[in-house]
Amino acid sequence: MSGANSAAGEPFSGEPGPGGSSSGGGSSGGGSSGEPSSDLAGSGEPSSREPSSGEPSSGEPGSWDPGSAAPASTQPGSTQPGSARPASTQPGSVGELADLLRSTSGTLVPVGAGTKTGWAAPATSCDLLLRTSALDRITEYAPGDLVVVAEAGVPLAALQRQLAAHGQMLALDPPEEGATLGGVVAANASGPRRLRYGTVRDLLIGVTVVLADGTVARSGGKVVKNVAGYDLGKLHTGAHGGLGVIASTTWRLHPLPPAAATVTARLDGSARAGRLAALVARSTLTPTALELCWRRGASATTGELVALFESIPASVHDQATRCAELLAGEAGGLAVEVGDAPPAWFGARPTGPLVLRLAFAPAALPHVLDALPPGASGTASAAVGVAYAAVPAATDLAALRAAVAPYDGSAVVLAADPALRPALDHWGPPGDAFTLMTRVKDRFDPARRLSPGRLLGGL
Amino acid sequence: MSSTRWTVHAALPHPAGASSAARASGLAGRLRAAVGAAKVLTDPAQLRTYECDGLATVRVRPSVVVLAERREDVVAAVRLCAEAGVPFVARGSGTGLSGGAVPVADGVLIVLSRLRAVRSVDPDNARVVVEPGVINLWVTREAAPYGQAYAPDPSSQQVCSIGGNVAENAGGAHCLKYGFTVNHVMGAEVVLPDGEVVHLGGTAPEHPGFDLLGAFVGSEGTLGIATEVTVRTVQAPESVQTMLVGFHSVADAAGTVSDIIAEGILPAAVEMMDALAIEAAEAAVRCGYPRGAVAVLVIELDGPRVEVDEQFRQVERIATARHAFETRIARDAEERALMWKGRKSAFAAVGRISPAYYVQDGVIPRTKLPEVLDEVRRLADAAGIRVANVFHAGDGNLHPLILFDDKVEGAAHAAEQLGFAILDLCVASGGSITGEHGVGVEKKSKMTTQFSADDLDTMHRLRCAFDPAGLANPGKQFPTPRLCGERPGVRTAAEDEGRDAALGEVF
Repeated sequence: MSGANSAAGEPFSGEPGPGGSSSGGGSSGGGSSGEPSSDLAGSGEPSSREPSSGEPSSGEPGSWDPGSAAPASTQPGSTQPGSARPASTQPGSVGELADLLRSTSGTLVPVGAGTKTGWAAPATSCDLLLRTSALDRITEYAPGDLVVVAEAGVPLAALQRQLAAHGQMLALDPPEEGATLGGVVAANASGPRRLRYGTVRDLLIGVTVVLADGTVARSGGKVVKNVAGYDLGKLHTGAHGGLGVIASTTWRLHPLPPAAATVTARLDGSARAGRLAALVARSTLTPTALELCWRRGASATTGELVALFESIPASVHDQATRCAELLAGEAGGLAVEVGDAPPAWFGARPTGPLVLRLAFAPAALPHVLDALPPGASGTASAAVGVAYAAVPAATDLAALRAAVAPYDGSAVVLAADPALRPALDHWGPPGDAFTLMTRVKDRFDPARRLSPGRLLGGL
Repeated sequence: MSSTRWTVHAALPHPAGASSAARASGLAGRLRAAVGAAKVLTDPAQLRTYECDGLATVRVRPSVVVLAERREDVVAAVRLCAEAGVPFVARGSGTGLSGGAVPVADGVLIVLSRLRAVRSVDPDNARVVVEPGVINLWVTREAAPYGQAYAPDPSSQQVCSIGGNVAENAGGAHCLKYGFTVNHVMGAEVVLPDGEVVHLGGTAPEHPGFDLLGAFVGSEGTLGIATEVTVRTVQAPESVQTMLVGFHSVADAAGTVSDIIAEGILPAAVEMMDALAIEAAEAAVRCGYPRGAVAVLVIELDGPRVEVDEQFRQVERIATARHAFETRIARDAEERALMWKGRKSAFAAVGRISPAYYVQDGVIPRTKLPEVLDEVRRLADAAGIRVANVFHAGDGNLHPLILFDDKVEGAAHAAEQLGFAILDLCVASGGSITGEHGVGVEKKSKMTTQFSADDLDTMHRLRCAFDPAGLANPGKQFPTPRLCGERPGVRTAAEDEGRDAALGEVF
């Protein structure tokens, strides 16, 4: 099935949308011409290439929910067979991508591997699904400078393999398997190690984006320290392709730590989770992650807290020992264990009919957990102020948002059953900067071509 | 410091935009009514105090100065400027080195240095909330009792303001490990150029919507004025170790930096000074740097003790293998402070060995340090100008100090031209025209070296979303100010009504 038709410029068996039909000549739409050229070692890995290299088929990541013209849930089986789907195309170069945007006028939704099409609100319109999978080259890698330039369609895992060969890494660990760099940026995806290394906004040092009118715009650069001009990479981070299509990314890298150790503490309540997390956060220990796995029962929140140490062997051993001693005093007799690898749940996103990402002032962790309804479960980056929660389908989102508001809190929908989506407010109330965000959208995408409706307030 | 920097150009002519200037003078009465007469200056003698920032070569006297004392003063001043169509410039301590806070002649200068309240210190959330005039170092002083610190530390941290740091995304020696201002700013209350107040980011991470805060930091005052800033603090490290290493060649010093990084060690800071910079520092502060050194490195590691101890020994071995002839390890905080004193006072110290000097700020990939420093030397020799190098080697952030005699006709111009040639070299090497000082008025003409017209047009779109009337710090950061009504891609040479005329003459 792989690559059977999208490369030939006839990407889709159904009706091409206005975007596809108005693309002038064979060189623009679907321009990858069957040669998704790649110099990427390991690019043949099925898990990273397959979902994006051909026509979307039922149930695969990136499949399309016809009812709402929206990307379907990433859960298998959510696409109804026989329904009309938008055309898709897969430009093979930044130039082709720019030509495509210049020569078409319909609505477009950019996707990478499609692992996060369930995040954000469904698009209100999509004439053309714009796959970045063929933009899959690592274009510059200077190990001595700890910097890499890679196109948007490069899978994060494939990049990590290349970097690991030089003892380096891109210090981002979102769990979505097969995710591409462009998708990680557009969805602002991160994982537990954000405690030490930060997120996309901290590691992305340059970006090339194609705007809705085909303008190819670069900002940032190839050196970590650079303050020339506006840092537009930040603007595209988490914008779900609504301000432009990310074509290439430049990253700050880190050395791969040679050793790891974990300290795991069991928990008998949210208050204890908060106290233990604060103990570690306020110490001179330097964990790369402080991750909580929690489940809200009828009366209490239980779970476990894992502190991950990654450094030279002597340091991780010493820090883990000290961390265990520190936590034991506050653990209320519950077990504290030292290990050498994170548990299976570490970094995974919860699954369920309704999955939320909550963000809040870090010390509010116990209050936020308590605000969640019984039956909720998930993970949290404890000292950061982010939690991922699978909550019951009937959860009153407005009430939950009101409950976390005192902690500068927000709750956005990351995944939801398609049946729930129409009634959901995916983002919650926009703040006082919303008018300004609208003006930014107006300047970058005045015709509302890109990912329409996916963002806050229907942008 | 500014007294030792190069001398002043002849007073710039009043710009052609006389009508705008008249509007600005007419505004003074309304400003007095809104914020109180004592906070509004129009006396030319008083205005002189504000005609430049740390880039003393460019002087422009504003029409009106507002000495804001609270957020409401800023809001009122910006709103009145918006209504009258008068440009405004915000200014904190005025320590910027690229002319980012130079006034516009027919505009209002809004001084924020009296907004110095620390609104909250919240160690549990690792947040400190301050007004923009708060001095950088004060934030760390506030956090220190809780074992925390504010990581961004520009060399001017004893005098520069947080608002200015945010505007310039100013870095410092510890960026290598801890990141830049933007990595530590969590939220800002911003007065937009139309006077509206919005909140970008906050105490929590990941606010829904576009990351406008990320774009605002480093926008050099062109998108609005921050009236409150929420920063993140970090736990102070368990152990800090600092060493001073002397080399007989710049190449060995640069090679040591590359080797440290290649071994997977991420120092808190790696700073380098060449022979001329060492000479200057010795003349000024007698920091006792190794005699006969052609280059020295100040290397600092911090973190858990076990880690720092082991990696510190590794760094010593690397330096020795690169022919370091002297290695000194600070035994206590006092010795560490002395090692840093030489480095941090180097800019000012250059004034001891030259009548005037000019600081540049460019960035290169760190692996290109040896060849770029060689080329800088060649360019300097060809121009017959001495250049002292003192810089953030770990980041590849060069600070050539270009020495000249301001009494010699044309010397200032030649120094400036050499600085620009070095910036061209930085960009050609894959780097940037500024790592921490900003573009300001000084380097706006060089933006086209680093960015294409389309890149700059795209940045302009953001500007127009924030500031459609083009009133916030016009004439800074971008080479050719355009009106927001212009279609992207259509560039005319028209300057916006002479507003920028005075500054435009500088380059």
